[in-house]
Amino acid sequence: MAEMVKKATRESFGEAVTELAAEYPDVVVLDADLAAATKTGIFKKAYPDRFFDCGIAECNMIGVAAGLATCGKIPFAASFAMFSAGRAFEQVRNSVGYPKLNVKIVGSHAGISVGEDGATHQCCEDIALMRTIPGMVILNPSDHYEMKAAVRAAIEHKGPCYIRLGRLAVESINNSDDYKFELGKGITLREGTDITIIATGLMVNEAVKAAEALAAEGISAEVINIHTIKPLDEELVLASAKKTGRVVTVEEHNIIGGLGEAVSAVLSEKCPTPVTRIGVNDVFGHSGPAVDLLKEFGLSAEHIAEVVKEKLGK
Amino acid sequence: MNSCDKQQLKITAAKVRLGIIEGVFNAKSGHPGGSLSAADVFTYLYFKEMRIDPKNPKDPDRDRFVLSKGHCAPGLYSALAQRGYFSTEELKSLRHIGAMLQGHPDMKGTPGVDMSSGSLGQGVSAAVGMALAGKLDNKDYRVYTLLGDGEIEEGQVWEAAMFASHKKLDNLCLIVDSNGLQIDGPVSEVAGPEPIDKKFEAFGFDVQIANGHCFDELEAAFEHAKTVKGKPSVIIVKTVKGKGVSFMENQVSWHGTAPNKEQYEKAMQELTAALHELEGC
Repeated sequence: MAEMVKKATRESFGEAVTELAAEYPDVVVLDADLAAATKTGIFKKAYPDRFFDCGIAECNMIGVAAGLATCGKIPFAASFAMFSAGRAFEQVRNSVGYPKLNVKIVGSHAGISVGEDGATHQCCEDIALMRTIPGMVILNPSDHYEMKAAVRAAIEHKGPCYIRLGRLAVESINNSDDYKFELGKGITLREGTDITIIATGLMVNEAVKAAEALAAEGISAEVINIHTIKPLDEELVLASAKKTGRVVTVEEHNIIGGLGEAVSAVLSEKCPTPVTRIGVNDVFGHSGPAVDLLKEFGLSAEHIAEVVKEKLGK
Repeated sequence: MNSCDKQQLKITAAKVRLGIIEGVFNAKSGHPGGSLSAADVFTYLYFKEMRIDPKNPKDPDRDRFVLSKGHCAPGLYSALAQRGYFSTEELKSLRHIGAMLQGHPDMKGTPGVDMSSGSLGQGVSAAVGMALAGKLDNKDYRVYTLLGDGEIEEGQVWEAAMFASHKKLDNLCLIVDSNGLQIDGPVSEVAGPEPIDKKFEAFGFDVQIANGHCFDELEAAFEHAKTVKGKPSVIIVKTVKGKGVSFMENQVSWHGTAPNKEQYEKAMQELTAALHELEGC
């Protein structure tokens, strides 16, 4: 069992891309004046010649990354999710997605846990935007260990990839010895029979805590960690839904266009099952401490447990 | 360049223009105006300037070209076909379902196309990335990208220009096809991108202005650009939109319209006559 680490996934990302740089000499990193925040600064310090600060110009950064990729480089282009996936969406679509270039788009400070900076920087749309691009792989790791594995998987995957990073430190849950990251494969963290909780990113930890609390009340909740939102592990989602007959999804993202909709689409077409989506309910966030915001928006273990009990009529 | 070489370039340019009209006519859509204005630049790049091998289009050491003004794909395709990347017959299926030649350049399916483009302002950033990779790998290839004078209204062009200059990318050469017209009218009336030269000077570029239909001037400009050290180059080529087809010249309506049968025949007649005259002398 590896040690429990409490760390923000942005930090784990910065460490991982730096650690893998020697093994993968084609890896280069681009940022748009946020290297200290996205943690690409760790890479910059170790590999200054392979780091390019593009300044506050995200659209150009994505295009430059595309050009580098045509020459065999494996560029990671990082900024806040609001800007790398949001502002530069059309560049990601046309200069990376359409030509299927080997660019890794990195969206840090995703969701409302950005906190005090408020709504302009709290990106709850990035997954929705990236999902609409054909061929885009979307990774949203839940902790330190998963992020490290995901960065390696992103490098080894040849093609466009979006990686979502969080600002807030999160306790690791994937430190067991049998942990295995496989791109496109969800992980059943806890088996259950009454209901399935499917969570992604920062919310996986909350889902596990909710399931533990529910177990104390005699409710058996299965918990699935979806680190790869696209391609979605349909097989796992369907099997669990068939077993429990009820699904709750949890994501730090607008309930429109994210994990909840991806799961709902699969289930409605292949195994109609009642689904309840927990997420940001199509509203903008606002300023405040991240932990308080998560509670306020219902992105907590307590709220997940409440919803589960309500849906089970308990 | 001796007079024989120059004559050959003129002949090739005439053939490129014929291919443009052939493609756009068969597609029943597309952009003849800007393709014709850039036909001599395409010809110069692919037949004189660039270090390329049509038999090895992915050669990592080749010079690169990005058509940032991607809607002028018929001009690029016609030049690539003339250069031997694929058959000129392909031009007749331009924009057709299942065809290799898409409405805008698609690097995945078309030999010789170094970057997919079409959304204006984006190609230039990709060209900057290619030039940056060249510097990183200590390779001596050069990167060329062609922009429209309307296209430079896109903010991303200036993000790219600032970055290219900051990174001292002297292996990068921008070409601005200054034909003075965009879809909604003269560039001076739509958004006023002039003075283009002063803007690029302010962004730290080596700036030249050349007649985009004169191979001597193009040669002088491209040769000079190769001697520039420590900063990127831009060549602003003064051109005539629709050049070579009398009724298309300087007409904004031919920006994105295909000729009908009658217009097609007239255009082909004019261009063929010009070609015969060049070949005859």
